[in-house]
Amino acid sequence: MKILVPIKRVPDPYGRVRLTPGGHVDETDIKWVINPFDEIALEEAIRLREAGHDIEILAVAIGTTAWEEQLRTALAMGADRALLIQQEAPADPGRISHYLAAIARQEQPQIILMGKQAIDDDCNQTGQRLAALLQIPQATFASRIELTPDGTCARVTREVDTGRETIEVTLPAVITADLRLNEPRYVALPAIIKARSKPLLRIDAAQLQIPPTAPVTTLRLETPPPRRAGRRVGSVDELITALREEARVI
Amino acid sequence: MDPLLVLMETDGTAVLPATLPAIAFAQAWTRMTRGRFHLLLAGGPDIVTQAETWRGYGEERLLIASDPALTHPTADRVAAVTLQALRATGARWLAGTASSFGKDILPRVAGLLDAPMISDVLSMQPDDNGPIFRRPVYAGNLIATVQIPPEAGVVSVRATAFGQPARATPGQVESLPVEPASLPQGTRWIGQDTAQNKRPDLTTARVVISGGRPLRDPETFEQILGALADKLGGALGATRAAVDSGIAPNELQIGQTGKVIAPELYIAAGVSGSVQHLAGIKDAKVIVAINIDGDAPIFQIADYGLVADLFQAVPELTRKL
Repeated sequence: MKILVPIKRVPDPYGRVRLTPGGHVDETDIKWVINPFDEIALEEAIRLREAGHDIEILAVAIGTTAWEEQLRTALAMGADRALLIQQEAPADPGRISHYLAAIARQEQPQIILMGKQAIDDDCNQTGQRLAALLQIPQATFASRIELTPDGTCARVTREVDTGRETIEVTLPAVITADLRLNEPRYVALPAIIKARSKPLLRIDAAQLQIPPTAPVTTLRLETPPPRRAGRRVGSVDELITALREEARVI
Repeated sequence: MDPLLVLMETDGTAVLPATLPAIAFAQAWTRMTRGRFHLLLAGGPDIVTQAETWRGYGEERLLIASDPALTHPTADRVAAVTLQALRATGARWLAGTASSFGKDILPRVAGLLDAPMISDVLSMQPDDNGPIFRRPVYAGNLIATVQIPPEAGVVSVRATAFGQPARATPGQVESLPVEPASLPQGTRWIGQDTAQNKRPDLTTARVVISGGRPLRDPETFEQILGALADKLGGALGATRAAVDSGIAPNELQIGQTGKVIAPELYIAAGVSGSVQHLAGIKDAKVIVAINIDGDAPIFQIADYGLVADLFQAVPELTRKL
């Protein structure tokens, strides 16, 4: 079985994102990481292999050569090979899903396992769009994945607004990872060095001949007005008075 | 402007209140574009009984797609039916609420249409070159203003952004024929684990009491915070850390990847206030923080901060209210 794991390069979620005076994201001090949800997806693919399934894991990224850093980390974590679809301009989920669909048609993975959203644009679209383009089932927001013994289906528990839901999807399918699917392993430096011998292939995005898609144009980025700190109260009584008489919310 | 279709949120049997923000968006869209909108109700045989209650928001038509094959509204099937409804009505725009239902299905329809989609819309403004939207990025640390071409698109609406829809003239009810054999067959619904919740819905509650990891275990969480929530008629919420450590169920998680709320009163007890958590509460009218650590980041955005042991302060608050 082959599992395709798409990887996005994003700013460290624990860092602070600032704007330049020109209104772009200031990249000077950014530490770049694998999108945390994609990392969870990759970890799950590795765990399915460790559970005894015969699985090949292909990590794929769509971006500049700088993204190889994250693909190398993915290889160090346990991906078998990596593919960089090289392209310069940032792309929206509509376009990315077309690139991934083209790769999926070539590689024929049984599962495309990816993060439910990227923590930079927070779109939460790519997996679902990809499933639509490939006309295959989707299981989004997964907190548990089990393959059936014959390997034809995946049983997925999903985190939904009312609690949890379990569905079974016939493979091939797209599964998107939620936070509580697992805790990704820590990758030590020797593993990263060792992973240098694993194959990382680059192809030019233009080779995939994706027709133009209607673009989402970012006109502007701005920092929302900060919420100012109010005041400290010294006791529960003072708090109750404030809520009743100042804020009038109780 | 071409008409807009609203995908109503259902559990297959009944319409859910999460539908309302999308209808409110549709009303705003209709006003601004001098356009019109339709509603789509998709579900099992029982869903037809919902039509009378749920029409009457100024929609032109209410389409009902009812079939046993839609009793469990899986993404592949509902997306297929939504595409059919878009074609039947000539609508080229689709809106729904950015709930787990909408986040699952709407991007799939966008993929089927090969149309751009804007997630988590905060506001909208028409323009000759295509509609312009504002939406949060980087966990709400930045707001992006984006534009898509005027031909077609899909929008998910932030539940707290457009208020409640106004009642207006009911539209005509029409049935959308469903061909069960032609629906996708690759997803089977197995079951659900839904908490019995006697408290108000977290996303729409007027008061929300939330807690973090200091609450220790589910019993303490319920005992300390539940009592205050019930006193104020509020809902319970939790941080990611509390959910991760099994203190609170996943559906209570507030933040970037959980629920986004805008209650009148938000009381955070033992919540440090990570960027990801603050992303979910920024629109609360009044934020109260109770934390023993006076340096916790939550105090930087709280309207009222009480540096105290929550195990004493919260029960005292409950008692004195």
